[in-house]
Amino acid sequence: MSLSDWLSEPTNWVFLVVGLGVAGSAFRVVTSKNVVHAALYLVATLGGTAVLFLLLSAEFVAWVLVLVYIGAVIVLFLFGIMITRAPIGYDASLDNNRRGIAAVVSGALFLLMSWAAIDFFGSEPLQGIGEGTSTELLGESILGRFVFPFEIVSFVLLAALIGGITVARKDATPAESEEGV
Amino acid sequence: MTLAPVLVLAALLFSLGVYGLLARRNAVLVLLAIELMLNAVNINLVAFEAMLQDSLATGQVFAIFVITVAAAEVGIGLAIVLLIFRNRATANVDEFSLMKW
Repeated sequence: MSLSDWLSEPTNWVFLVVGLGVAGSAFRVVTSKNVVHAALYLVATLGGTAVLFLLLSAEFVAWVLVLVYIGAVIVLFLFGIMITRAPIGYDASLDNNRRGIAAVVSGALFLLMSWAAIDFFGSEPLQGIGEGTSTELLGESILGRFVFPFEIVSFVLLAALIGGITVARKDATPAESEEGV
Repeated sequence: MTLAPVLVLAALLFSLGVYGLLARRNAVLVLLAIELMLNAVNINLVAFEAMLQDSLATGQVFAIFVITVAAAEVGIGLAIVLLIFRNRATANVDEFSLMKW
């Protein structure tokens, strides 16, 4: 398929614009010298991913991504940045001195994975673009066939909640615990 | 629209996450890079679901599971970073060499 054929399809244009935005902001997430900017570029990356999910007819997953990631996880990250008193503003010491090796490893990984993707799935068409998956189907699937993993995941979330509180709370000193405080 | 460009974008996001994981010093930024990698996995799951049109929507269900586990992981990860910061007054991963020989 030639490039002009590829560009004649309107969904490909949407994908191209969104994909370039996602890739550029993801690049800034790992290279930005400002911690808060890195977290905010992650918002842009996740927002672009949500648009991509809408394009791939996964509306429910897209809005779950917006609610859980952009709504909750990013707020948690900003709290983490502020509580650990990470240097807000420009800081050159956010990276270690092995950036060259890291770039070689991740570049090789990218070439390998994209070669495999193009070689095996080079001309597979995507069906039902923009048609949408009904949330009813998704709900029946989660609470029907996948109800056991769903319960496991809810247990993991509860365990993580209790574990997070236990790890992060301030322990009482021995003297305080003897007084029963 | 074909599958390969979406997979290449996901591979790019995953590789950028690996780069961030290896090159960053600040523990919060390492967790941000891990989020990028999990996001790449979600893109792959949803893209394969769009290719296969499974009657159970398995790819999307597992994307939701991955999002849930990622939220739990961020909570625990930030709690650990907070605890280490409280004890060592630093959030740089190369200074946490206590368990390294």
